[in-house]
Amino acid sequence: MSARIVHIASNTFREAVRDRVLYNLIAFALLMSGAAILVGQISIDIERLVVINLGLTAVSLFGMVIAIFFGIGLVSKEIEKRTLYTVLSRPVQRWEFIVGKFFGLAGTLVVNTFFMAIGVFAALLYVSHRFQGSDGWVLVALYFIILQFLIITALALLFSSFSSPLMAAVFAFALFVIGSFAEDLRGFAAMTQGVTRWLATGAAYLVPNFSALNVISSVAHEQPVAGQLVLFNTLYALIYAAMALCGAVLIFERRNLK
Amino acid sequence: MSGSRRVTIAASSLLIACLLSSVLLLRQVDQMRAGATLQEVLYITSPKMLKRLSLGYDGLLADIYWTRAVQYFGSHHQAGANHYALLAPLLEITTALDPHLLVAYEFGSNFLAPAPPNGAGLPDRAIALDQFGIRNNPNEWRLYYDLGFIYYMDVKDYAKAADAFATGSRVPNAHPFLRLLAAQMAQHAGEIQTARMLWIATYKTTQDANIRANAVAHLRALQVDEDVTNLEALVGLYQSKAGHLPSSFSEMQMAGMLGGIPVDPLGAPYKLTIEGRVEVRDPDNLPFIEKGTPPGYVPPRTPKFLPAD
Repeated sequence: MSARIVHIASNTFREAVRDRVLYNLIAFALLMSGAAILVGQISIDIERLVVINLGLTAVSLFGMVIAIFFGIGLVSKEIEKRTLYTVLSRPVQRWEFIVGKFFGLAGTLVVNTFFMAIGVFAALLYVSHRFQGSDGWVLVALYFIILQFLIITALALLFSSFSSPLMAAVFAFALFVIGSFAEDLRGFAAMTQGVTRWLATGAAYLVPNFSALNVISSVAHEQPVAGQLVLFNTLYALIYAAMALCGAVLIFERRNLK
Repeated sequence: MSGSRRVTIAASSLLIACLLSSVLLLRQVDQMRAGATLQEVLYITSPKMLKRLSLGYDGLLADIYWTRAVQYFGSHHQAGANHYALLAPLLEITTALDPHLLVAYEFGSNFLAPAPPNGAGLPDRAIALDQFGIRNNPNEWRLYYDLGFIYYMDVKDYAKAADAFATGSRVPNAHPFLRLLAAQMAQHAGEIQTARMLWIATYKTTQDANIRANAVAHLRALQVDEDVTNLEALVGLYQSKAGHLPSSFSEMQMAGMLGGIPVDPLGAPYKLTIEGRVEVRDPDNLPFIEKGTPPGYVPPRTPKFLPAD
């Protein structure tokens, strides 16, 4: 990775911290400690399940919101503040700017997820009094959540490279929702015939498959995650994010910034 | 005092005052709309629709629905309700969202099956719930046990109970009790000893304090029912021999019919009434007893569980 990309990425990370993005950790800590203490009193026998389900869902949703709302502003804010022109007047390529922004936000989300993971495990220790072997699968679920963040960050950048922040947020969120239904879409496609089938199948494969990256329920039930799934999901997420990033670069390269 | 400080103090005071007023007002509104927050309404009844709407976070939604089912049953049970309209749908939604949430089948079927006031009196729905659980978790012997338990206790279908226990006993790592229960059910289905064995199995196969307390309460009740039946038979025998009813158990002891003063499972001596009936001293401490209660006795709305031994 070139030094320029690293520089843009670290600046993006610093900007996110300055924008108090990591303040969401306070809300997360309150949520986890509240759930860990409360659930035992209002429900039966699901303390551990709730800590894992709620913890991982919150990690995922908080991260998604950050990825979408911070990601859509990465380009537009720079244009609005006219700082983009200063950056591009130096020997920085447009593609380096986009890739640097991507890594900066991805890094922010990884750091955010790291602290949230500490919260999840602390709450888990509080309700179970000790760790068990199957808790290791929670780490796999967290890893899959980070893969989801990579995809959604790349998509947010893609949309923000050609549309207004509001529309980019709408597009990114809509694609997140559609991606959660990816397996259903494939099922619907299988029920159709002829050209419709080809089109529906194509659309089903084009949207990001977030459901394959969601193993929260199974790890909550201590079910193992296959090594092959980890490998294929990793490759899929990296390829999909790279694809969206390429799209963002292609559009941004041709965008008239005057 | 600077102007800015004055504004800070005034705004903070106003904020706190507004907060307190809003809480007080909301309490008034709640009193005017009593029960509005506890309406018997399920806005979305389709488990499939809810699963879709959860956007893949169905595990958390299942936990929420399970908690809702527990709260629903608990509040209605506490109020002595005879009607639990939402209980079965809540449990069905919970298990559709997370088919591996075993606790929802184990407790849920025990909420649904018993007749009111101990449950919802819906054994068919409880059976359907357990069967759904077995289809999704075929290697969980506990679900076959729960199914057999409902067939035995609530439906009195001993053949199906025996079948459920026998099928469960073939599951890998099944508790050995299941094989015994299947055999016992086939030979001595309606006997008190079979019921006792079921509750002992319940006690021994769980670590949950509530389930254990319930099992112990039922075991004590079975013991009382058996004791009262036997003691009243002895009283009848004494009467036929002596020509009059015994005035106390001591009299029967002196006649050589009893080895000592009989006591209930909690250690309190049984009472012998002048009509020759045998009663427990404190029926409230012995929930689920069918015999040994004074005439017109009404059990408390919520069974009183003493600690399990």
